[in-house]
Amino acid sequence: MSDLVLEVKNVSSYYRENRRLSGKRAERKQVLKNVSFSMEAGEILGLVGESGCGKTTLSRAILGFLKDYEGEIIHYSTKPQMIFQDPYGSLNPSKKLGWILEEPLKNAGGFTAEERRKRVFGMLRQTGLTEDFAERYPSQLSGGQRQRACIGAALMSAPALLIADEPVSALDVTIQAQVMELLKRLHGERNIAILFISHDLRVVYQMCDRIMIMKDGEIVESGTREEIYFSPRHEYTKLLLQAAGI
Amino acid sequence: MKKKNWNLLIGGLLSGIMLLFIVVGFFYTPCSPEAMDNAAKFAGVSAKHLMGCDHFGRDIFSRILKGCGNTFIVAFGTVLIGTLCGIFLGAFTGYYGGVLDEILMRVNDAVFAFPSILLALVFVSLFGGGKYNIILALGIAFVPSFARIVRSEFIRCKNMDYVKSARLMGAGDLRIMFVHILPNVMPVLVSSVLIGFNNAVLAEAGMSYLGIGVQPPEASLGRMLSEAQSYLFSKPSMAFLPGLMIVLLVLGFSLMSEGLKRER
Repeated sequence: MSDLVLEVKNVSSYYRENRRLSGKRAERKQVLKNVSFSMEAGEILGLVGESGCGKTTLSRAILGFLKDYEGEIIHYSTKPQMIFQDPYGSLNPSKKLGWILEEPLKNAGGFTAEERRKRVFGMLRQTGLTEDFAERYPSQLSGGQRQRACIGAALMSAPALLIADEPVSALDVTIQAQVMELLKRLHGERNIAILFISHDLRVVYQMCDRIMIMKDGEIVESGTREEIYFSPRHEYTKLLLQAAGI
Repeated sequence: MKKKNWNLLIGGLLSGIMLLFIVVGFFYTPCSPEAMDNAAKFAGVSAKHLMGCDHFGRDIFSRILKGCGNTFIVAFGTVLIGTLCGIFLGAFTGYYGGVLDEILMRVNDAVFAFPSILLALVFVSLFGGGKYNIILALGIAFVPSFARIVRSEFIRCKNMDYVKSARLMGAGDLRIMFVHILPNVMPVLVSSVLIGFNNAVLAEAGMSYLGIGVQPPEASLGRMLSEAQSYLFSKPSMAFLPGLMIVLLVLGFSLMSEGLKRER
């Protein structure tokens, strides 16, 4: 067994529905129910579930944006990074790509300007963009190029864990394939663990080694790709596979 | 083909000419704007006095040159104070929210509820008149409107993905506020700063007209208007010319702000 990068132990989270206006008492709605799992270095773990089942809440908790949860989340490595669903909102519209990619290095400190420039150009090439993209604004990029830039920016700090929240669902199918290809290649080169969140079972099948199925804040089934796709045990998993026509 | 942005073009041109006029006024006036000439009282247009003379025999053209400059300084200072304090307040309240935000915004509302002239009047009666006190007084009166704009833009931006991603990449709160978010607030801010500048020009004219702004014998556009009112019928150009300058100054900046809105 290789090293763990992340361990999530019995995490539950509630959110308070504000009913003050209608006069009812505030209701506590449980979004995450006793979620436990762990991730090993360099694996791609798929997290599948319908909209509103708590996938994004879980990722927010792992990243530290959501602090109001019960249970334990242990990081065994550097800070995780994230790729967002909407490539149009996740790049600062008033900054050039070069600046955006340089930012993590500036914040980390300890690099000279020359080193930073070299690394930015290196990352642009690795993500399939060219060096002159450093001088472009996000508004001058297509959706696929933006998502490539996001992946590049997330990898600048060389994280051991990358959380990808529906990274390709805003893109059209051919671009989806290219971006997934890129993610896979970078994963192979850098041995990053990726938590791949998606509702698209076909995409998940192509990407992931291990898959978890989530329903109403609970992980109802988890197993290897083959187990989930060829011998699903839980009713909900079967339903999902059926709906996807697999 | 892109339609030409006439608003921006004409506004920019007009403002440019006015600025040139103001800069010239700082360094050169044909006559001293404060020199009185008993022989030239109410003198008409001549080669020596391009726009004639006022009731003290002072050259109107020179006074307008100088007066534009004074009005501009007051308006510029006012907007500068208002914008800087507004950005600072708006950024913190919008970004952090919570109790501090509530308190500051209620204070903001209270200040906002006063007409700016009234507020400035109170200030002047406490600390005395004069150019610099007026700048301070109007500046404070202008803070709330800018703070409000900046705050609402910060609230809009702070939940965007790029802010989250900036935080993940290790940027601190201050860096996120002023390096990541502020540039995205600028387009909105710039057009309201231009409008604010107009209001400041008018407010200065109003204050000086009431006799608490720029003190005599110094010239400012509002001051000249106020002195001209006694001679409105005997020498209308004394009121008309400074009035025209105010209109041109305000029009230039209004058109520019309108043009910038279009550009976005």
